[in-house]
Formats: sequence, C-alpha cells, structure tokens
Amino acid sequence: MDTGCHLPAKGMQRGNQMNDLMRILKDPKLTYRQRLFSLSKAAENIGEPVKLSEKAQRFADCGIIYDMGEGNTPYCPRYVVPDYDKFLKQGSKFLMLAPPSDIWEAVSNLQIIYHHVPSVIGLPVYIGHLDRLLEPYIADEKEARRAIRMLLTHVDRTVSDSFCHCDIGPYDTRAGRIILELTEEMQRPVPNMSLIYNEKTPDEFALRAISAGLTASKPSFVNDGMYSAEWGESYAVVSCYNVLPIGGGGLTLGRLNLKKLADASISREQLMNELLPDAVLAQCEQMDKRESFIIDECRFFENSFLAAEELIYPERFVGMFGLVGLAECVNKTLGATAQEKRYGHCEQANAFGEEIIDRIDKLVSRYKPKHGKFYLHGQVGISSDEGVTPNTRIPVGEEPDLPTHLMVTARMQKKFPCGIGDIFPFEATAKRNPKAVLDIIKGAFSMNMRYLSFYSSDSDVIRISGYLVKRSDILKYKEGKAVLSNSASLGSEAAGNLHAFERKVRSSDDA
Amino acid sequence: MLKGYVNRIIPFSFVDGPGNRSAVFLQGCDFSCKYCHNPETINMCSGCGRCVELCPRGALTLSKEGIKWNSGLCAFCDRCLKVCSYNSSPRVRTMTMEQVFEEIREALPFIEGITVSGGECTKQNGFVTELFREAHAFGKTAFADTNGETDFRSIPELTKEMDKAMLDIKSSDAREHIMLTGSSNETVIENARYLASIGKLYEIRTVVVPGFLDNFRTVDFASRLIAPYPEVRYKLIRFRKWGVRGPLEEFPVPDDSVMEPLKELALKNGVKIVEVI
Repeated sequence: MDTGCHLPAKGMQRGNQMNDLMRILKDPKLTYRQRLFSLSKAAENIGEPVKLSEKAQRFADCGIIYDMGEGNTPYCPRYVVPDYDKFLKQGSKFLMLAPPSDIWEAVSNLQIIYHHVPSVIGLPVYIGHLDRLLEPYIADEKEARRAIRMLLTHVDRTVSDSFCHCDIGPYDTRAGRIILELTEEMQRPVPNMSLIYNEKTPDEFALRAISAGLTASKPSFVNDGMYSAEWGESYAVVSCYNVLPIGGGGLTLGRLNLKKLADASISREQLMNELLPDAVLAQCEQMDKRESFIIDECRFFENSFLAAEELIYPERFVGMFGLVGLAECVNKTLGATAQEKRYGHCEQANAFGEEIIDRIDKLVSRYKPKHGKFYLHGQVGISSDEGVTPNTRIPVGEEPDLPTHLMVTARMQKKFPCGIGDIFPFEATAKRNPKAVLDIIKGAFSMNMRYLSFYSSDSDVIRISGYLVKRSDILKYKEGKAVLSNSASLGSEAAGNLHAFERKVRSSDDA
Repeated sequence: MLKGYVNRIIPFSFVDGPGNRSAVFLQGCDFSCKYCHNPETINMCSGCGRCVELCPRGALTLSKEGIKWNSGLCAFCDRCLKVCSYNSSPRVRTMTMEQVFEEIREALPFIEGITVSGGECTKQNGFVTELFREAHAFGKTAFADTNGETDFRSIPELTKEMDKAMLDIKSSDAREHIMLTGSSNETVIENARYLASIGKLYEIRTVVVPGFLDNFRTVDFASRLIAPYPEVRYKLIRFRKWGVRGPLEEFPVPDDSVMEPLKELALKNGVKIVEVI
C-alpha cells in the first residue's frame, strides 16, 4: 500500500511546543477558562501518541484515520454518561449529598455533579434526561419554572459548550413543557437538546418541540424505535448526536476519512478489497490501544467515584467508530462529476455508498477489542475540515429535492447505533405550520431515519454541524472579541468550511 | 380515464392547508381577479405561438395539437408567461390521476394530504374527485382551494370526496366583487355557509388592499358568517404585488396598522383562529 504521504519530522514537533503554549497564553480571543483547557490539552500532547503498528501508523500519518484530537495520552473516556436518575434517587457519598427532597435540591445536586463528570471537553457532554429527572420534584409549576430556568442558565454560563447535551421526551410532562418554553424564550445554544420521539409522543407535545426548534434550533428529533431496538430504553443522546448507553459512555471516537481514503486508492476494487479493510483495521487498532491506555494504564474506573457509586459501569462503555466523507468517496471512486451521476442523485452512487457502509459495518462488528465493543458513528466533521462532508450526508450545495434528500439520508443512516444525524433548515413559513415539519419527521422516521435536526432560516441560534452557535457570537468572535461559548470559535471556522450558512433552505414550494 | 390540465405540482407545500401537503395547481379559472398572483393560470392556451419564438432554450414548439413544452430543455425563466397576452401558459400538462400521483410518489410518506388549487379546481370537478379518491386510498387528506364560484351542492361527488375547502371571500359587496373578479359573490357566500354547515370549511381568506377594497366591510361580514363554526379559521392576507398585472401593480403592502384592526374585528366578531400573513 502506498498512501503517498510522509511522517512529519519529530524534532520539529517538539520545537513548536513552547510556541504553542505561548500562543494559547497570549490569545486575546480566549477567556481564562478556555486558555486553561487548551493548556491542559497541550500538556497531554507532550507525550508520544499511543504506539500503533507500522501499518496502522501510516493511515494515521495520512489523516485517513484520526484520534479526533482526544490527546496523545488519553486518561478518561471521551464521553461519560452517568445514570443521573440513579444519582438523584441515591444521592452521593463522595459528594456528601443526600437525595433531593424538592426541585431546588434536585437542581443543586445536578449542578454539583456536573462539575465532576469528565469528558474530552473537560465539561459534561451529557447533563441528563431533564424532564424525566425533574418531573417528580414539581410541586408548583411556577416554582419549577424558576428552578429549571436557573439550571439552564447555570449550564449555559458554566459549561458554555454546545457539545453539552440534554434529552427530553418521549412523553408529555410539565417539566418537558417548561423546558421547551424556556428554550424558546432564552435563545441560547447551550445545552444542545434532543427529543426522544416515538409513537407514544403526543402530537401536541411534538408540535411544541417543533415550534421551539424553529426559533431556537433545538431540540432535534430522535427516532426512539430504532435506538431502543439497539440499546433498550436506557440510552442517551449526548454531545452532537452521539448515542450511548446510560451508566456508560463512549471510550474513544476514531474517525475514518473516506474522502482521503478514496484519494489514496487507484480503483474501486483496490478501495473495497485492500484499502478499506486495512484502514478499518487500523482505526480499530488505534481505538483499541487508546482505550486500553485509559482503562489499563490510567486506571480510570478505579479512581472514579462515579464507578464506585455505580453511576457508571465499565462494561457499559463502548468505542465509537466514526466516519466522514462518504459522498466524496463515492463520487471520487466512481468518477462522478455530472450532478445526476453523483451521490444523493444517482441510484448507482447511492447503492455504492450503502455497500461501503455495509462493508465497514461488517469489518467493525467482526473486530474484538480488549474492552467493550465498537459501533458505527456518523461523525459530524471538525472545524478544519475542508471539502469533506460530515458522515453520510449529501454535500451542501448539492442537495436534491427534499423528498429524495430525506430518503437517501434515511437509507444511509441504518448502520449507526452510536448516532448519526442530518440537518434541514426550513424557511420561516414553517413557523406558521409546525405540523408540516412533524409530517416530514414522521415520514422520515417511518423510513428509518435516525435523527433529524432543523432550524428556521431566520434564527440567530443555528446548527453548524451537530452543535449550536449564535450567529451573533460568530460575528463577535470574528471581530476579535472573546465570547463565553467555546463553540463560537469552532463555529466561526466551520461555518466557512462546512458552508453551514449556505445549506439549501427548504421553502414551502420546495420540490 | 379522465384527464386534467395541470399547471404545476409542488410536492411539499407548507402554505396550502394543514401540515405538509402536495399542492396540485390546475389550469383555468372563472374569475379574473385584479390582484391575481398567477394570472397565467386563468385561461387555457390559445395556441397563438407568440411564446415559441421567444423561448431562449427552444423548449417550446408549435404543432397541430397546439404548443408542445419540453420540460427537460426549459430553464423556467418565465419569459413565455410574461409575453402571453392571454393569461395562459404553454407549460400546462394534460395528466391522468395516475400520472399526478406518480409525480408525488416520493413525497407521499412525508405529507398529510394533497391540496388541489388553481386556477379554479372545481372547473375540473371529475378529475379532482378522482384525485381526492386516490389521496384517501393512500390514507391522505384531500383539500380544495377554491374561489367558490361553483355551487358545491351541484357537485356532490367532489364535495363528498373532499375533506375540507379553503375558500376566498374576496368581498362581501356584490358590486365590489364584480369590479374585482368579474363575477358576483352570491354563490361564494352561499358556499361558505353550506360548507361550514356540513363541517367541510377549513378556512376563509380575504386579501386586504387598502384604498382599493372596503376591507373592513368584508372582514366584518365574513367573520360574522363563520363565527358560529369555531373550527373555521380566518386568514387575512396582505396584498403583495408579486406576479400581479394591471392597475394594482404598484400598490403598497399594507402594514400592521391596517392588518391588526381587521384581526381584532374578526376576533371580536367571534372567530377563534385569525391569522395575518
């Protein structure tokens, strides 16, 4: 195999380390906390990366497989998904908290434990199934509203990262309604939010969620039928739209860049029979070794009160096998240049896309890592991606008519138990007719689409790839001002590279 | 097999009734409203051929059967529509019910129903009845967007197959109605009463054109008419000049100071759902 790229010289990397640290220290766009976090990340990266086999290393060097910048020496799982329901029931010895007796104590206990939930962003990517958690503590709705507003404000101002995610639904509850009302009213990007949706979700509640979604770009809708068949009822949607078992989480996220893989291949046969199996194996090896480092060397679970108090169980952690750039891989390999021959538009191209995903799925499920299992995740892209489309999406600017777009999306999302999602901006007329959006969601879910995000073309809070930012924050950041949200800097870059502002807006007469 | 004259099909529409709908616009209308947004839907093509030579893509050809339109070549620049002095379009297709449903096949899982609009759909009532029947066979709802000029009692099969109608009450005054549309409003008002009484009126609409129509009088009348039927909504539509030809071309869009008092009037008269757009 010749992947056509070379290792960077190691001396050069080292020499740049001090410069990197100084750049972080002096960056006027970063707040104190953002600098602190960046410094810790830089420290993690002073060590040598987890050692890979020569073959796997070559894929890593070319960026075909990528450890998602989790750090050379990972010491905690990427995403931790504590069982907050259990935490509220039992309190915490380690945190010296009794089970709450009212909504204020419940909110306070949650705010405390959030500080102790590790993740790749240093802050929790999951803050619980909020309506289910808080409903039992609602005595007076007015009071509950104040308490929930306080919780949401706290999370927005302290976690300040749109990868922080909460879930609601599928049932209509007072807590759920309050959360939706506040979401619409507060217009903040944090926390990200998903509505677990199934046939038991009343239309009225779903329509409230859609109205909130059309003004605040959240919640997104989750096809509960598909995920509960894979995980049972006890799963959570975290970060962008990662789906993981509650009381567990995701140890690492590896990312296979199918565009780069296609660029390195000389034919469809070579791609499918040699490069793809080798690259999948390389990514599995990297994930496996990094996970072993977290568990066996850093002994994460042995010094975690979350594990000691059974809010997480090591066996409920899985590895997320991520991928991006299916569209580019298909188009490049088939030499499809004319629009009607390209991915999303042509049956041959779509079928090839499906074949690639099926092959990856088979290879990944055959791999037996030392810890847990690996499941596919449709990675949403990173801010520096250029010319590579997130997961299995159709590239921005090439969107087919909406019914076709929805059908292709649903077809490609089948094999992703660890989460995948697509985004549809609707014209503002949808606000007057939220039922239209519900019809589309119901149709898409009946075709086994897993996850659908939407926003209105006139919203200030918009979805960049999977996370949310305020357009106004991006503008401020571009003007060189520090902003509270970590995601504004990512969003600023990604909005350009991912063309988030240029997505085809779905209008009322869109065919 | 009946055939219909179809001006346009929109697989997904958020503005033609409840939920997401496929909207089928038929050709031919028995009103000539001065504020018509799509006057090219009013008449059937006369085959004069004026548009043929102006088509920049050669998508139109003149034949013995009339003008042929090649949709594959068409750039949808609308030059043919602009040049037509006969309020028609060379892009009208003659379609069977099956062909219409074939065209919206991919949209079906995502829609609540279909809405047949126009033009005036009741002019092709046999075809529309077939469309409605097929929509129901797919478990979809069937709505008609109508000007109310045909008495729905005289087309019982269509009325039976139709879930609900959306009806314009353009003016409560017969003379003003004639000035605006070329026809009287008697049947329109009778239809509003009849359809409301059998639970088949979804909404009524009035386009508000200050300085040209007595909007207050019409809204007062129409809102009293539907007030006994709380499920019937009233949509008050600001005049907009898009597509409009003739004397109203340069009329301004009424602002909230015009629309809000009309909305309040309708609410005061007992209408439960009033929407200003």
